[in-house]
This record gives sequence, C-alpha cells and structure tokens, in this order.
Amino acid sequence: MNWINAIVQGILVGGLYAMYATGLSVSFGVMRLVNLAHGDLAVGSAFLASTFCLSTGLSPFLSVFIILPVAALFGVGLQFLVFSRVVGVEPAYQIVATFGLSIAIQNVLLQRYSATPRALSIGDFGNRSLKIIGDQVVVGWFPLARFLVAVIMLIALSLFIGRTRLGRAFRATSDDPETAQLMGINIRIVYVIAFAIAVTTVALAGIFNGMQTQFSASDGPALLIYAFEAVIIGGLGSLWGTLCGGIILGVAQTVGAEMDPGWKQLVGHLVFLAVLLVRPTGIFGREELK
Amino acid sequence: MTLLEVKNLDAGYGQFQALFDVSLNLKEGEAISVIGANGAGKSTLLKAIAGTVSMNSGDVLLDGKSICDMQPHERLLQGIALVPEGRRIFRSLTVKENLLIGGYSSRSGSWNVASILEAFPILENFIGRDADRLSGGEQQALAIGRALMSNPRVLLLDEVSLGLAPIVVKQLYAALPIIRNKGCALVIVEQDTNQALAASDHTYCMLEGRISLEGKPSELTREQISQAYFGLGAHA
Repeated sequence: MNWINAIVQGILVGGLYAMYATGLSVSFGVMRLVNLAHGDLAVGSAFLASTFCLSTGLSPFLSVFIILPVAALFGVGLQFLVFSRVVGVEPAYQIVATFGLSIAIQNVLLQRYSATPRALSIGDFGNRSLKIIGDQVVVGWFPLARFLVAVIMLIALSLFIGRTRLGRAFRATSDDPETAQLMGINIRIVYVIAFAIAVTTVALAGIFNGMQTQFSASDGPALLIYAFEAVIIGGLGSLWGTLCGGIILGVAQTVGAEMDPGWKQLVGHLVFLAVLLVRPTGIFGREELK
Repeated sequence: MTLLEVKNLDAGYGQFQALFDVSLNLKEGEAISVIGANGAGKSTLLKAIAGTVSMNSGDVLLDGKSICDMQPHERLLQGIALVPEGRRIFRSLTVKENLLIGGYSSRSGSWNVASILEAFPILENFIGRDADRLSGGEQQALAIGRALMSNPRVLLLDEVSLGLAPIVVKQLYAALPIIRNKGCALVIVEQDTNQALAASDHTYCMLEGRISLEGKPSELTREQISQAYFGLGAHA
C-alpha cells in the first residue's frame, strides 16, 4: 500500500513539475530558446509573492492575481531587452545571455532577501487531506488542487495553441519563422506573447512550490533541472508530453524515496537518463527532430 | 499603370552581394517572368521584394511609394505575397490550417478557402490532413493557395516547377490565368524557361546578379535567350 501511496503522491508532484516545464516547452517550441534563467524566474516570483503577503497580510492565493500580471509584464520586458537579441542566432549567445540573467536574478534576490529561506503560508489548508484508501493512501487537498490547476492550465494552453488564430500563428512560427513572416505574422509579437506565457506559468509554479516547501535565492538552477527533465522525458514541444514527463519524474522521485529516503533525486535523474537512452526524442516527441 | 517597380537594386547576404543594379517594372494585372540559371539571383530578387532579404541600395516601389522600410508582414498587407522556393509548407499544420495562416492578416478580396479549392481541386481531398503528408505537387498547390489567401495584388512565384513532374507543372500553371483574372499581377521566377515564357507578357533574364536581357517573349529569339541565360556571348 505504501507503494500505491508513493505513486499517487508522485503523480500530484508531477503536476507541479509539469507546471514548471510548460514555460520551457513553450519558449523552446516557439522560439527555439533555451532559457537557463527559467528556474530563477520561479524563485523570484515566489519572493515577490512573499513580499506581497507580508505587506498586505493577504493569502498567497490572492497574490497570484497581482504577481502573474507582473510576471507577464516582466516577461515582455525581458523579451524586448534581452531575448529578442538572441533568438534565431547561434545558441551560444542564448546560453551566455540566459545564464547571465540567471546569475543576475539570484544575486538580486540574495541582496534583497538574504540567504534565509522563506515559505508562503497557506495556513490550515496545507495540512488538510483526503483519505482515499483507509489511512494508507492519503491525498493532501493542496497537492490535489495544485495538480488540477496544472491540468487546467495545460488544457487552456493547448486549446489556445490548437484552436485559435493566434495559436496557429504560434505553430507556424515554430515550424518556419521566415515563412511565417511572409504570411503576415509579426513574429516579434508572437515571441513576446510566447515569452509572457512562459514567465507567467513558471511564476505560478514558483508560487505553488513556495506554498509547500521553503525556497531560497539560489534554488533556481535545481528547479530548472526538474523542468528540463520533465520536458525532455515528455518530448520537446508537446504540452501533453510535458504533463506526462512531469508525472513520470514525480513518480520516480516518490517511489525512489520510498525505497530509501536518500534516493529521491537519484532515481528521478536515473529515470530521466533511461528515457534519454531508450527514446531520445521523449515519449511524445517526434521521431525526427529538425 | 505601374504597380511594382524595382529600381537599381543592390542586395545580398552579409558580405556577399547577390544583386547588382537590378531594375524591373510590373504593370497592374500583368505577368512577368524572371528566368536564369541556378545562382543568378532570382530568388534573392523576390526575397528583397517581399522583405526577407535586406537591400544595400536602390528602391522598391508599390504604387509609386517606397516599401523598403517595411517588414515582410507589413508588405503583405500592402499586397505583396511570396510563394517561397521549396514551398515551405508548415508541416505541423493541416492543409486547411496552412490556408488559414495564409489569410492571417488578409486584405479584402475574393480569395478564401472555397475559391482556392476551386482553383486547385487536387487539394480538396486533403483539406483536413497534415500538410507534410502531401506530395510535392500538392504542396506546391497549397503554397500558392496559401499565398493567395492574403488576396495579394502581386504574387511572387519562386520556382513553382522545381522537382515536379511535367504533368503536375502543367496543372499548376493552368491555375495562373484564374489568378490573373482576379486582378493579381504575377512575377514568375523559373529555371525552366518554356513554362515561364509562355505564361508571361514580359520577361527578364538574369545572369550573375544582373539583368542580362529583357523583352516580350514573342520578340526574343532562342539564341538571344540562351546567350543571356548562360552568358555564352562573353566567351564566343
């Protein structure tokens, strides 16, 4: 029964990982941009949420309504100032620019918030749980809610990309930016919107993470690794693959922790490596990568 | 009435100059062809008109107004559409979605999904299918249809016949009069001269980035054309 519990918890954690990975998937899918500061943006958002909660006394859930628009605007600014210069050029420039951004964000956070970890308190809601099978399989309301939010977010995003006019422009730009321009698509606008979506979703993930665990200024790179692993396990550019990748990673970690508490990270990474070995394009990835 | 005018155009890629002092004229409703060997600069010329290659000097005018400072998506709204070399179909979109993307920022006009299927009936059966499943000829028809969805005034066609069977090429060229009848002027770029000459009112031959000959196809001799095409005159 412990194993079933571990798997259930892993699936729920997987929702969070998928939420982290969505933005990475979108920015890579549309812009071919690998943003190494992705995790730091999540941590930064969590700190902003904590400032909001401390100064207003309101719940972290309400902070979302302020922080996400701020994150979207920040994303727009970043795209104009930094990323528009490195999209479509040699990948080395992207790595330097986004790695630099990562270091800059970490240091700003360290300067402003010190190295002390923080958490976002959601009070009693964080402790309430739902008994599924007796006392052995117990699901926390918060992880369940977080998972549902992740799924709703992915459904909304895939409807947007699959069914709307702008979503079609996203896919066309992803296929072939030069030809997309010839179709009358202003790809700079597409890039700005894509990046705003990426930052908004990762900000939400950062806030949700902070509601359950402590976070500190230098956590970004570790979160980036989880996001990367979820995206790659699922297959680059596939949103449902990202959810699936997040769940596989989450389950691997909780099952690993069930075997030995020290193995949580290790088993997660091993499963990731195994997927890379067996199916380098990921589970939902296309066979041929262009 | 001159619709599109290219004046003394120099253009290229970075250090490499591909076009030297190229000028041409396209009247409303007219079809012109640009012929020349591989590497003569034909595609670069079309890209410079559409805005995806930046120009070094010269001017491109539509209705007498310069469009040089416009981005490709802005030129499309002015009525310039390019069917790129190699077709460049959006592979992860369906046939219908490819057409809809063509009309992403469309001008008003009579081209829509229905009228395009009428002009290119071979697309009809594949409308819901992924575009990368299409054959070369079907993809080319789709690429032309996609460009028409914006209701252009000038349609730039880059190497429509490349890699296609003669019968398919014939079918595609059969659609050109329909396009012209709707008031759209054509710039046809080809390596295959016969089709291009037959479909155009005026032709320009390019050689090593320069216009080497121009005139009405009916008034040019085969010798003149092959000399201008291959540049044999210089060595004769």
